[in-house]
Amino acid sequence: MMGFQIVVLWSDMLIWLLVAAGIGVGVLIAKTPPLLTAWRRVGANRVGMASATVLLAFILVGLFDSLHYRAALDGKPGQKVQYAVEVLSALDALATPLRTRSEKTYSEPFATRLYAKETVDVPGRDSVREYPRLKYGGRHLGEHEDEVAADAAFTAFRAGVLALLGWLALAGMAAAVVGRDSVIGWQRIWRGETAFAWNAVLVTLGLILLGVVPLFWLSGQYHVFGTDKVGQDVLYQVLKSVRTGLIIGLVTTLVMLPMAVLLGIVAGYFRGWVDDVIQYIYTVLNSIPSVLLIAAAVLMMQVVIDTHPQWFSTAAERADLRLLALCFILGITSWTGLCRLLRGETLKLRELEYIQAAQAFGVSSWRIIIRHILPNLMHIVIIALVMDFSGLVLAEAVLSYVGIGVDPTMTSFGTMINNARMELGREPAVWWSLVAAFAAMFILVLAANLFADAVRDAFDPRAV
Amino acid sequence: MLRIENLRLGFTSGKNTLAAVDGISFSIAKGETFALLGESGCGKSATAQGIMRLLPAAGRVLDGHVSLDNENLLALSEADMRAYRGGRMAMIFQEPATSLNPVLTVGQQIGEVLRRHLGLAGAEAIARMVDLLRQVGIADPERRLNEYPFQFSGGMKQRVMIAIALAGEPELLIADEPTTALDVTVQAQILDLLATLQAERGMAILLITHDLGVVARMAHRIGVMYAGELVEVANREAFFGRPQHPYTQALFEALPDISRRGQLLSTIPGQVPSLSAMPSGCRFAERCIHVMPVCREQSPHWHGQEEHVVRCYWSGQARLANSACHEVSELGVSTGKGFLVVDGLKVHFPIRKGLLQRTVGHVRAVDGISLSISPGRTLVLVGESGCGKTTVGKALLQLIAPTAGSVRLGDNELVGLAGRRLRAARRHMQMIFQDPFASLNPRLRVGEIIAEGMEALGVAGNAVSRHATVSALLGQVGLPEEAGDRYPHEFSGGQRQRIAVARALAVQPELLICDEPTSALDVSVQAQILNLLKKLQGELGIAYLFITHNFAVVEYLAHDVAVMYLGRIVEQGRAEEVLRNPQHPYTRALLSAVPLPRQEGAAAVIRLPGEAPSPANPPTGCHFHPRCPNVMEVCRSRYPGKVEVSVTHSASCHLLT
Repeated sequence: MMGFQIVVLWSDMLIWLLVAAGIGVGVLIAKTPPLLTAWRRVGANRVGMASATVLLAFILVGLFDSLHYRAALDGKPGQKVQYAVEVLSALDALATPLRTRSEKTYSEPFATRLYAKETVDVPGRDSVREYPRLKYGGRHLGEHEDEVAADAAFTAFRAGVLALLGWLALAGMAAAVVGRDSVIGWQRIWRGETAFAWNAVLVTLGLILLGVVPLFWLSGQYHVFGTDKVGQDVLYQVLKSVRTGLIIGLVTTLVMLPMAVLLGIVAGYFRGWVDDVIQYIYTVLNSIPSVLLIAAAVLMMQVVIDTHPQWFSTAAERADLRLLALCFILGITSWTGLCRLLRGETLKLRELEYIQAAQAFGVSSWRIIIRHILPNLMHIVIIALVMDFSGLVLAEAVLSYVGIGVDPTMTSFGTMINNARMELGREPAVWWSLVAAFAAMFILVLAANLFADAVRDAFDPRAV
Repeated sequence: MLRIENLRLGFTSGKNTLAAVDGISFSIAKGETFALLGESGCGKSATAQGIMRLLPAAGRVLDGHVSLDNENLLALSEADMRAYRGGRMAMIFQEPATSLNPVLTVGQQIGEVLRRHLGLAGAEAIARMVDLLRQVGIADPERRLNEYPFQFSGGMKQRVMIAIALAGEPELLIADEPTTALDVTVQAQILDLLATLQAERGMAILLITHDLGVVARMAHRIGVMYAGELVEVANREAFFGRPQHPYTQALFEALPDISRRGQLLSTIPGQVPSLSAMPSGCRFAERCIHVMPVCREQSPHWHGQEEHVVRCYWSGQARLANSACHEVSELGVSTGKGFLVVDGLKVHFPIRKGLLQRTVGHVRAVDGISLSISPGRTLVLVGESGCGKTTVGKALLQLIAPTAGSVRLGDNELVGLAGRRLRAARRHMQMIFQDPFASLNPRLRVGEIIAEGMEALGVAGNAVSRHATVSALLGQVGLPEEAGDRYPHEFSGGQRQRIAVARALAVQPELLICDEPTSALDVSVQAQILNLLKKLQGELGIAYLFITHNFAVVEYLAHDVAVMYLGRIVEQGRAEEVLRNPQHPYTRALLSAVPLPRQEGAAAVIRLPGEAPSPANPPTGCHFHPRCPNVMEVCRSRYPGKVEVSVTHSASCHLLT
């Protein structure tokens, strides 16, 4: 048993705090009937629940990637234990084969040979230029290189059957929960008669299992998404990118939310010069091209980080801090939209009669804001939160592509796409990196958007 | 001409279909006005939409026939139906402000109908439009054709809407609460217009309304709807002479009126059953005072003669409205010293324009009014919309800072107070708002809502005594104690208004400012709230400043009356003085314009031309002179001073000097 040292990065802390806050909000919602009924409507929405299931799968990957540790190095007994410089996560540990089985350079998905010719010394003959066999991809096939398709299909089939069995077990459990002590639970789910959209969740879960189980099974024997320039498995990179995307999406929202909510409500409620000042600030901020603003801030931050290497004990810490700094910068530049929205809504709310009734009682302004205005703005905040998430994931990709995004050592959808940009210029083109990154990001953002739609429908007072 | 047989309309919700209109049958002859009367949610509007086949997406025609001159409308294709809509039958809606497209000129909107149904275009169409606008009483039609809806006032918009409806030369006009959003004087104009047009064209009108006064003025035959069913159909004489269904009778008795002063209004207990839980027997059984066992078992059938049919088992005599119990004594209560004295109160809102937001003028919402309210009495402030009466209420509470004048409560001057002293003063006055749906925070429990004022003003110190007080208050306004743990959306409009009353009472005020507290409620619920207010005044000796435009309420409730026009009080005095012997021409016109829910209707309506001008730019001299039937030369140049008619009665008019 190897020892290890737990490493808590700043972003890990934020992520687990967010999880705790999420649970807290959940408890709060369960205690507040109007919110609970709204979320029940989300729960009844089939598309919403299907996308929530997909989102949950992504979040699970991200959470596993947020448990960091440093493995102990083999040393002589009695010596002080030394820990590796490399910071690993629980996901890395689970995906050790993916992480460690690097090839020399590019290889296509399901390839058994490299994508570039090399000079190989063949015993008995001179050196020959050919596509060398991969070190890991399809190694178990030995001489039967041409049986890739049959082998892969058979393996996928076996995995698929297993996935199906697993799904049946899950579905059975769901039916037991729905039906409680009767047997009709299964029928009710099938006909969509349950209050919660179990059928959508189960169908999505089935699709995810059918897709993911064979994929990972095969990834033990092949590079299912190919390898990149330095021979790293693309599937592994995609998995690692998920956490980066989630952090950018969530932490940034967290940074901008208090600012947007506070300034928006204050501007709308107090009006007068307070309103003028806040409006001027966000109008000015809005009139500067946001990419330029972000670029300037990121470059300044980079200089600070580069001139203080002593702050960081590992490269991971440096990359992590840079990621957080990026979140802050994105947050500080992106609160204006929500702020404007909340200001408008507050202007409307403050004229409502229950606010005036409270004023007639002499209730203080801050108490009115907290008791009467904030709860009535919550639906907008929740909608904005979910909608902004997908926008920010995309923004990260754009910024990393321009070269002002996350640390180059950190895997993200943006850096993957940025690297793939060069590879597309090759002849023949290396397309798999780009396609894998796009597909993963597409699924994540689509799920987030569909979920946002469901949330908006459920919280829209006019729809009720 | 229009025949409706056993029409059933439903709304789908999930997999269920709830019948909102359940088997109604009636017919309308040419040139006849059929009024569909009922409270909100009884299926009146759904019926109209069903006839036009304009039901919302969730609506379904479940069963029945609708035929116009023997043509089955429900069997027509959508394309054929379009020729009927706007052509042979047309509809006008409740809210003139939203039924016109704000980005098209009035001419374009009328022209659309002419092109579609009559194939008119060009000069011919314009001539027709001018003609139409003139018919609906819009002056200078050539110019106004090219104007946009925002350039028209509310009553004018409704006239335009009528012109659009008439453009297709319909044989049937469906008017869905056509005057509910309008002031009484404008309502009188629109009702007259409809009656004249009907006489000229021989149109049939299906009038949908909840107002017995409008019914009395317009209808030839009346159908009373309750919970999706017609319960009584009668011609005008029979309806007003001998209403037979207990529901109809209860509606009449719930009306506040001068003859019911000092008595409790009779109310209809309970609520309209919800669509999902319709009783199998008579739908009114739960709330009926004459209920019999058979009512709950089987729905009654129609009986009665041709011109007066009713759906009820009960056949006893209607209780006669007893006008003999008019209690005059209450009017004689001596006016004590006013404990709230308002002197020269002005509220001006600046109009800002330009880059630097310079003040270019003022909206004189309240322009120097003086009032005094005595303990235990009710002062009713009455006037049309936009005259500044709500602003007065808010300025008294210091929710809006007055521009000038003084508001004295006891010996304290309120204007200019701030911070703790203002908070202490606010304990003595509270407000009840117009819209019970907007005046309660939907995210707070009823108990929290009621306790808010006590917390803020430091009445009833700890949580236990607060809880006890909340329970007591809920009992006082007639709500169950457990209501405190529920949320406002679980209550009906009337119950919400009770909660608002309880909230105001929580700090034991001596003055309640009631800003149209019943205008959003149905007649039967209005009666409950008025009874409650009256009861509380008797028990607690609270004074009311009652702001309203409803004269029936004035007559029922008022001790003193002040009539406002364009930011100023034109006449004030004891209720019986102002109502019996109105001095100002505006008061007289207002009183005569109120449609009375009686067969004979009003004797002679004094027609007021036009509508109230904007308080940003009031007419010179007497504000009322452009509309006054007795205008004199002096009125145009000088605002009249206050003339004392008696010790307690005064008016501002040159006629009196």
